[in-house]
Amino acid sequence: MKTPMIVAVVFLAAAAVAAASVATAAEAPAAVAPVASPNVFESPTPPAPANQIDRIVFAKLSSLKIQPVLCSDAVFVRRIYLDVIGTLPTAKEAGDFIQDPNTAGKRQALIDRLLERDEFVDYWAMKWGDVLRIKAEFPVNLWPNAAQAYHHWVRESIAANKPYDQFVREMLTSSGSNFRVPPVNFYRAIQNRTPEGIAAAVALTFMGSRVDSWPKDRPQGLAAFFSQIGYKPTREWKEEHVFWDPLHSSATPAADGAKAAPPPPPASAAKPATPPPAAGGAKTAPPTPAAGGAKTTPPPPVAGGAKTTPPPPAAGGAKAAPPTPAAAEPVAAPPPVATGPVPAIFPDGKKILLLPNRDPREVFADWLITPKNPWFARSAVNRVWWWLLGRGIIHEPDDIRDDNPPSNPELLAYLEKEFVAGGYDLKKLYRLILNSNTYQLSSMPHSTVPQAEAQFASYPLRRLDAEVLIDAVNKITGTSDLYTSPIPEPFTYLPRDLPAIAIADGSITSPFLALFGRSARATGLENERENKPIPSQWLYMLNSSTIQIKLEQGPRLKPIFESKRKPAEIVEELYLTILSRYPTPEEVKNAEDYSTVAAPSGAGKAAKAPIMKRREDWIDITWSLINSIEFLYRH
Amino acid sequence: MSQNHTPDNGTRITRREAMRRGLCGAAGLMLAERLGSHALAAAEPAKAPAKTKAKSVIQIFLWGGMSHNDTWDPKPDSGRDYMGEFMQVIPTNVPGIQLGALFPELAKQADKYSLIRSMTHRNNGHETAAYLMQTGHAPGERLAYPSIGAVFALFKSPGYKGMIPPYVVLTRAQGRFSEEGFLGPKFKPFATGSDPNAPRFEVEGVIARSISDDRQKARRELLGKMNTMGNEMEANPQVAAAENAKKQAYELILGAGRDIFDLSKEKPELRDRYGRHTFGQDCLAARRMVETGVPYVVINYPGGWDTHSNHFTTMRRQCPQLDQGLAMLLQDLQDHRLLESTLVWCCGEFGRGPKVDYQPPWNGGRNHYGNVFSVLVAGGGFKGGHVVGSSDAKAEEVKERPVYPVDLLGSIYQLAGIDSSARLPHPMGFEAHVLPAASEGAKSAGILTEIM
Repeated sequence: MKTPMIVAVVFLAAAAVAAASVATAAEAPAAVAPVASPNVFESPTPPAPANQIDRIVFAKLSSLKIQPVLCSDAVFVRRIYLDVIGTLPTAKEAGDFIQDPNTAGKRQALIDRLLERDEFVDYWAMKWGDVLRIKAEFPVNLWPNAAQAYHHWVRESIAANKPYDQFVREMLTSSGSNFRVPPVNFYRAIQNRTPEGIAAAVALTFMGSRVDSWPKDRPQGLAAFFSQIGYKPTREWKEEHVFWDPLHSSATPAADGAKAAPPPPPASAAKPATPPPAAGGAKTAPPTPAAGGAKTTPPPPVAGGAKTTPPPPAAGGAKAAPPTPAAAEPVAAPPPVATGPVPAIFPDGKKILLLPNRDPREVFADWLITPKNPWFARSAVNRVWWWLLGRGIIHEPDDIRDDNPPSNPELLAYLEKEFVAGGYDLKKLYRLILNSNTYQLSSMPHSTVPQAEAQFASYPLRRLDAEVLIDAVNKITGTSDLYTSPIPEPFTYLPRDLPAIAIADGSITSPFLALFGRSARATGLENERENKPIPSQWLYMLNSSTIQIKLEQGPRLKPIFESKRKPAEIVEELYLTILSRYPTPEEVKNAEDYSTVAAPSGAGKAAKAPIMKRREDWIDITWSLINSIEFLYRH
Repeated sequence: MSQNHTPDNGTRITRREAMRRGLCGAAGLMLAERLGSHALAAAEPAKAPAKTKAKSVIQIFLWGGMSHNDTWDPKPDSGRDYMGEFMQVIPTNVPGIQLGALFPELAKQADKYSLIRSMTHRNNGHETAAYLMQTGHAPGERLAYPSIGAVFALFKSPGYKGMIPPYVVLTRAQGRFSEEGFLGPKFKPFATGSDPNAPRFEVEGVIARSISDDRQKARRELLGKMNTMGNEMEANPQVAAAENAKKQAYELILGAGRDIFDLSKEKPELRDRYGRHTFGQDCLAARRMVETGVPYVVINYPGGWDTHSNHFTTMRRQCPQLDQGLAMLLQDLQDHRLLESTLVWCCGEFGRGPKVDYQPPWNGGRNHYGNVFSVLVAGGGFKGGHVVGSSDAKAEEVKERPVYPVDLLGSIYQLAGIDSSARLPHPMGFEAHVLPAASEGAKSAGILTEIM
């Protein structure tokens, strides 16, 4: 069953190339091309517009005389798994999809299935975690319980496909405990918790814009909306209430030094368990903060300190203190108490007086979250486009400003309109983009026109994100990594089988994740994630004991290596497992020919081509596949 | 004072510029991938840095905090409550300088190093004190500053041509407060892993235990064939960048780079003199690295100095190894004519309580102590045979000439030709400098001109 399939794929793809160059459907050559050609990666069917996205993009490409080429089913199945659920397909999933004869509908059906998978929620919570800076420790200092609660809330929001406008409004306007009303952590996950710092974070996160590119008065004008946020500790360790505080009741200089003697709980509520009324109906079902995070429940401050008791409390505590405006920003003296109207300026330049009877955060949210706002929907669709297609229509995706125009304004306007009309439904947006042939183009560049990249003429190559890469390696080998957070005590350890994409807290990490450029979650900038290759990453992949042990001892690989099947069948299994496709005959031959015994000092061609392969040979073949560009890069 | 910069000294770089340089630019700083010198031109203030005396630095970090009065600042007159089991002191080859009796080898080398006996920051938390000692910045500020090693990697890479990364730690990284801070992952130290005292120093990623050279070569050839997509798309910039980085990695795996880690190339007698223990061989490996020009090597002391309890036993075990390895390192650097150009500094994040804690559960331990402690500095422009500052009669407070972290780090930067007031590239464009200015409230009593 399988062998004819391989030939068919190769043949069809070969035909596609011929068609593209000669414009005639060539007859199948009896012999397969000697070198594996790009055609395993491309589809013979010339792409017709599948939806309005394609009509807009293809018109542009046509004007540049670029003929786009669709990716093959094998490329598609890998791409869609990695992009939608951050997880490799299994050999069976890949094989079944490639062989599914329903060529007309199978891509769409797969997209629908993947959008309902659990990993979809994990993966997109990870993406949002970067943007929202979900990290217990330095430098944003959410602390473990709050980081878990915040991530849990983001995850639940994604699982419920919460409309994006509501998702944002909850973050902007909620009040209450950082453990019990998780979206308030938006205002805590900011390094510089001054009104100016908060304004910059709001602009970056929800407007995709950097305030330092704004006219001079605007950042200050925006800061006024966030000048009445209070932070107040409770008697619970590291619990903090975030609330509208027009009288600056919480802005005492002691607020930070209060670790030794916490100030009394809010006068209105003796029990901190009762948060102040959540604004704007944003009250969410409070998740138990410890859900899934039991391990990270912080002990009372002294518990872990048994062995470090002697130092005076001031020293041990200083490191941990989340910088509060009062302590860390001596410049930002508490603004004057708002007894009367406070002047503020919207980012579009419109001036307003903030009246003392309404939380200014709500005033801002009302301005931001409307179909007419020029930033809100735009930055969201642009960010999603960047996530899926590797390049923003406005690029970089979080640098929206007048002098950084979209490469295709019509496309951006169309996506905005659809997103708003669809009720800010993110899944609908993903579906729209993923089903376009623009998304499904080949990653082989077919044009040297300089604008090709910015006009989305092909799907760009991108190295797998650190988390996705290590999950893929672990899935292939059946191994796992250990993720821990060394600080603060107690050390946090996660269950061994948790994939890296599901880690809630940016402080919980591993040497691999750090080396491969996982986001530091310090700024919320998209480019905090660093996927550029550096030599020490290659040292790790090519030659580290960690990878070697995974290959030698991985319980998923062992049965494949030790099976008594023909070498060609083992090669096929490895290809489906690692590269999510069938090997070409040339590749099968390369693998069959490889032998560690018969290859003295680089004379690669095995003279005798031994039939019996040693385990080391299979390890090396597997090693070569996980070190191939095709494995390491989204394509 | 070197930290007299103004916030805007005509070298302001824009946020975008800083970001390009710091995070997304061609600033690959691991291994031989180097910043173009032009990329740094704007990060350095216009004023020319002082002449570079220290080409390389070896930092021996005594994590946990080593007692000062048991070692390099003994106070025999302070009595048993303070000196505990180590009442004895020994003279050195420099008249007037005495050491604790556990350091006979260093006593013979006192002309090569100076001792700072008035180091102070008054911080008693491990992480915060370690951060202070390696960045000079107050912990708890909104920015996470890079450690001195990462700063060296940033500034020294343009002129460095070696194959080994510019910032190396033997053998395990010390933790986040000694790392890259906001400079990003490229400035992380390269941690060698393994043990240089093992029969073969299997530097992680460079030397693989079970893989022969023939197999390495066969694998590389196989990868060349199996890399179907990479071969098809070799003109793609992403692929080209990956292949280029891979080539550099192979210079270490199969090229000359790995020989630097091959300690068997040294005479067995020399290895014996360093001491056949991990720390001794760490020192030898460090010498081999600075010989090839690696700008910054950290030896993260194998074993801790956090001796709250079991203090005297631990000291009896560890000090002789520290003594042997460090003394031999100084001698060997001099024998190789490297001491003038190699700065060595050795200390923990703080000292330990000068008064022994005999209460349970410590039963004769010493606790964290940042009020005053000692640092050993040598080479790279530091004079030997001197003592800087002093502590009081019981080694509890600074008596003369306090030395603050910015003073020590500022001196090292100056000897290495790095301007302490230079601006660092921050991804958000925040104002950030190598060391804090006096106006930022950092305590300073001036750099160590008396021994420079």
